[in-house]
Amino acid sequence: MTEEIIIAGFGGQGVLSMGKILAYSGIMQDQEVSWMPSYGPEMRGGTANVTVIVSDERISSPILNEYDTAIILNQQSLDKFEKMVKPGGLLLYDNNGIIHPPTRKDINIQLVEAAKEAALMGSTKIFNMVVLGAYLKLKPIVNMENVMKGLKKSIPERHHKLLPMNEQAIKRGQEIVQEVQVV
Amino acid sequence: MKELRLMKGNEAIAEAAIRCGVDAYYGYPITPQSEVMEYLMSEEPHKRTGMVVLQAESEVASINMVYGAASGGKLAMTSSSSPGISLMSEGISYIAGAELPCLVVNVQRGGPGLGTIQPGQADYFQSTKGGGHGDYRLIVLAPASVQEMADFVELSFELAFKYRNPAMILSDGAIGQMMEKVYLPAQKERLSNEEVEKRHGSWASIGKKPNRERNIITSLALQSEVQEKHNFKLQAKYKQIEETEVRYEELNCEDAEYLLVAYGTSARICQKVVQLGREKGIKIGLLRPITLWPFPSQIINKLANQVKGILSVEMSAGQMIEDVKLAVEGKVKVMHYGRFGGMIPAPDEVLNALEEKLIKNN
Amino acid sequence: MEDTITTQDIIKNGELVFEKTSCLTDNVLSYCPGCGHGVAHRITMEVIDEMGIQSETIGIAPVGCSVLAYDFMNIDMQGAAHGRAPAVATGIKRVYPEKYVFTYQGDGDLAAIGTAETIHACNRGENIVIIFINNGIYGMTGGQMAPTTLEGMQTSTSPFGRDVERMGHPLKMTELVATLPGTCFVTRQAVHTPSAVRKAKKAIRKAFENQKENKGLSFIEIVSNCNSGWKMTPVKSNQWMEEHMFPFYPLGDIKDV
Repeated sequence: MTEEIIIAGFGGQGVLSMGKILAYSGIMQDQEVSWMPSYGPEMRGGTANVTVIVSDERISSPILNEYDTAIILNQQSLDKFEKMVKPGGLLLYDNNGIIHPPTRKDINIQLVEAAKEAALMGSTKIFNMVVLGAYLKLKPIVNMENVMKGLKKSIPERHHKLLPMNEQAIKRGQEIVQEVQVV
Repeated sequence: MKELRLMKGNEAIAEAAIRCGVDAYYGYPITPQSEVMEYLMSEEPHKRTGMVVLQAESEVASINMVYGAASGGKLAMTSSSSPGISLMSEGISYIAGAELPCLVVNVQRGGPGLGTIQPGQADYFQSTKGGGHGDYRLIVLAPASVQEMADFVELSFELAFKYRNPAMILSDGAIGQMMEKVYLPAQKERLSNEEVEKRHGSWASIGKKPNRERNIITSLALQSEVQEKHNFKLQAKYKQIEETEVRYEELNCEDAEYLLVAYGTSARICQKVVQLGREKGIKIGLLRPITLWPFPSQIINKLANQVKGILSVEMSAGQMIEDVKLAVEGKVKVMHYGRFGGMIPAPDEVLNALEEKLIKNN
Repeated sequence: MEDTITTQDIIKNGELVFEKTSCLTDNVLSYCPGCGHGVAHRITMEVIDEMGIQSETIGIAPVGCSVLAYDFMNIDMQGAAHGRAPAVATGIKRVYPEKYVFTYQGDGDLAAIGTAETIHACNRGENIVIIFINNGIYGMTGGQMAPTTLEGMQTSTSPFGRDVERMGHPLKMTELVATLPGTCFVTRQAVHTPSAVRKAKKAIRKAFENQKENKGLSFIEIVSNCNSGWKMTPVKSNQWMEEHMFPFYPLGDIKDV
């Protein structure tokens, strides 16, 4: 099994940390992982994306031109990465701020209204966990037990009191993911 | 027992340095390698091992602090990125001239000038052919994974002390910023002053003992005859290194009809290219130099007898290709493919380039 | 003849009043006759001898006239790149905090190309000694203008005298480093008369004692002549130094914490 993922959105949306949790979860079940950020000079507010690969084998290139899954959190990233999803692959997106939704017919498209849900849950900070939950529902590449271990590992100990809330957000994401198109 | 962690390449270098018993790190912040010193400072290695970590006023000062500590037979290192390495080049030349062991890490970014903060590999000439003034060589190791970032710290010091020569880890912003699994070595104790004196007392400048002549660390000769003699000595050492320390990795070279030569991040991308090519029925192999100096010329020369063409893939406008061509001795066509200025080639681009430059036009 | 007295007899019966310290080598000094470097070397090495710290001392030589200081100082030494001695000293002192480390630098080295390294070593309060020979000129390269060259002073790169409007002002490095919290002892001395030599040696001794007590950075400027560069006889150059250098670079302690 090899899963090649791009997660893309604005800096500050938790793109990099979502990738980090996935990478840690992979390690927890003895898989090979790579986490490759694309970084700009902006610390916050610019576009941010990270390529995460989880595999049973040695990982070759950490830089890819096509992906099994694209997790898209803003319009610029959708414009850039929709075309880079492998045919038959998955595009998961949050529609907050999306004016031109994805149009490809040869990929699976799923919507998660994570921003809205996070607001309903009372914390926009858990937005990325809702998205992560939705992704793991669609592609259970790592089992939930290991995701929770990964989550614990990637959050500094002083924030461990927030773990239950994050866990809840992941579960919520799994419940609310909607099918837009399945090929 | 080795410890498993998920780490950035920059962090892996820093943690490995503490665990290898490095005595001193002197550095100056620059993107994309600032995590090295940030990690070191947050780990408080003065408490863990007694290691010194000092933020200097400039790269110029950093490398000269390394010179000072290395003169005393201690394990001293610095890290920087391309523009900072240019500033250090004076000091590196002095260190090579004075035959001091040390480690310099270059997490390359796109140049020239201030350039970009994204990954690059355009410091190949600077690292392998000089950089500073005079006839000297650095032992240059090119890690292609976070694991190698950690592993090469100890290897660099081993080689640096074996030959009393500066060693360089030539990495780039991609490997520095990327997180991967890394197995960290067990903690080693730093050498005591007595042990340093026992091992390096014949040359290290640590206080003149009554039973020996004074130890002078210098790169100055003044008289040409003396300087030439010193240069002959250096050249003999470099020859020995070339004969003994070449390191490389071969991937699918046995039946390869086309050969990719790439190091570091480019080599990782090329691993994918090999796979994509073979899926299309093109028998591609990859030769990854691990030491850029000494360069694995012999194996490339040998593979040149077997393949129809060679593509040198670099995040530069074509630097390593010169060494590949020298190694090939005109036996087969050698072409270059590169992106630069902070751009990273994608695997499909490289495969297209190989097809265009070596297959279609042959 | 039996009652002839030889030189050996005189030495045998005489009282030894002066001996070169064993912390200086037997190499013939490469400095011009009349230059202050030789005396500055001698008193520095006498201090190291008298404190019994030869085996624990590391000296850093600069680039300039004293580039070959390690030929004359009988201690372990490192030759630094131009201006970098304070960084080199920092590097070695930090990994051997119990040893004695000093730099010996000229004005071009310390106050021009090495300004950043000097200021920052002083500001960090590195526990080292800096001995700074100021003769207002680049001696080794043939008498060019230095950062410390006085206004109106002729050098090969200010042949009509230093015009401060175009060439900038002479730099008082010692007053400057005295303002930094990391320095514990900052003084300006000279070595042109026996009494000045005695005072300078006392200052150097104090600097090394400060290092022993981990007090911070001690900075000793020695205003010296450069009879060759100034194109004067040694005697004339010392007179000129008293008349022109001392008014601008007054002798004495500037800071003593």
